[in-house]
Amino acid sequence: MTRTIHRTAGLVIAGVLAACASGPDSAALDRRTEAVLQASFHDRGQAKVDRLRQDALQRACSSPEPPAADVAQRLQEAEAASIRWPQDGFIGDWREGEKLAQNGRGATWSDPPGATNGGNCYNCHQLARSEVSFGTIGPSLYQYGKLRGVTDPATPASAEIVRYTWGKLWDSKATNACSTMPRFGHQGLLSEAQLRDLMALLLDPRSPVNAN
Amino acid sequence: MKRGIRPLIVAACASLLAGAPALQAQPSAAEGIAQYRALLAEGNPAELWEAKGEALWKQPRGPKHASLEACDLGRGPGVVKGAFVQLPRWFADTGRVQDLESRLLTCMQTLQGFDAAQIAATPFGRGEQQTMESLVAYVSAASRGERFELPQARPEEREAYEIGKRLFFYRAGPYDFSCASCHGEEGRRIRLQDLPNLTKNPGDGIGFAAWPAYRVSSGELWGMQRRLNDCYRQQRFPYPGYASDATIALSVYMGVNSHGAASVAPSLKR
Repeated sequence: MTRTIHRTAGLVIAGVLAACASGPDSAALDRRTEAVLQASFHDRGQAKVDRLRQDALQRACSSPEPPAADVAQRLQEAEAASIRWPQDGFIGDWREGEKLAQNGRGATWSDPPGATNGGNCYNCHQLARSEVSFGTIGPSLYQYGKLRGVTDPATPASAEIVRYTWGKLWDSKATNACSTMPRFGHQGLLSEAQLRDLMALLLDPRSPVNAN
Repeated sequence: MKRGIRPLIVAACASLLAGAPALQAQPSAAEGIAQYRALLAEGNPAELWEAKGEALWKQPRGPKHASLEACDLGRGPGVVKGAFVQLPRWFADTGRVQDLESRLLTCMQTLQGFDAAQIAATPFGRGEQQTMESLVAYVSAASRGERFELPQARPEEREAYEIGKRLFFYRAGPYDFSCASCHGEEGRRIRLQDLPNLTKNPGDGIGFAAWPAYRVSSGELWGMQRRLNDCYRQQRFPYPGYASDATIALSVYMGVNSHGAASVAPSLKR
């Protein structure tokens, strides 16, 4: 009985403290932040201020803590439903894929509008072993296909991992709501042909990602 | 002996660097590399900007033909030493939280008669933005080795921290990036470039405590404003105004997180 009262009192105090910590004016600070954003940024080149407008997913993933599991689940489902599957097969040319993976250009205010975007892959991932200049924001993708038992991406045995990989490249948030990785298909950053070339880099057994 | 010759070398190097983008008497590549090596052996080329900045601080300039020696950087008019490690902070005369560069704009306008908005709109590395590079080198160098201790006593300063924190985690744009995408965790890197975790104190002379800096790759001196500007470019965001409230709030967030870190600015960067 006494314990219950103590626990209840403890919870009330914790609640009050939480309210103090987040502040009664947390919503007001959000509005101030919005005003500061609007006043501080302007258009330059292809990077217009409309880029500050967040979609539901960006909004949900903009705090130090991830969204609640059910919220994340709903966001992922919405993203997954928007994945567009390729018309002309999943696998392109790994040589072109390697070039794309090396290319970190595109979509900044200093990039010429309409120029083809790069894949930015090596900024964050290890891929071919020969490339030692790779980032570590994402996991290593060295031997991505080999480790998953892909000997021929065209066979039915590979279909599941092939579809999973396309989904990851098209919209990383379909399987991980607040993934750091851009949504290359969903945001129109890479074309279907470019994505097929990246698929080949990851899954073709002859690609330097898998061959050695 | 060394002290006596050093200013001469500094002056020689300053003119060398100033001429670098548009070389009149172009040295051969080997000569250029030799000169460059000599320059680096002598120390951090940021010293050139420091020396120039000190001269510019004391020199009567602008429509009012006045120096900046009466400028209040937060520790009283004319006090340069120790000011940098307490910026950004709130200023009574402007009623704003200001970082070093926005505060220098205020002083250049009120004391010297320059148009602050015009300087803010000037591209980096040109006109009075060059003056700014030298001034930030001079002012930051006067606090070298001191530890960051940004004031948070004023409600405006605490609000700036909260806004800066929100901006740090604000994901937007075609790549869904925020500052935290790269600077929210320990031990990450882009390609081979180490990325400090800026949500906490990353240590002496790292992250917030390393800027302004001389960039070896471009031969330029970058203040924090230019550093943040290029981060936002790579985040695929629109263009942040020079000395805008968003950039200042972000600096408050990073500076308060770096409480106790020793400043090495102006540092030497890749």
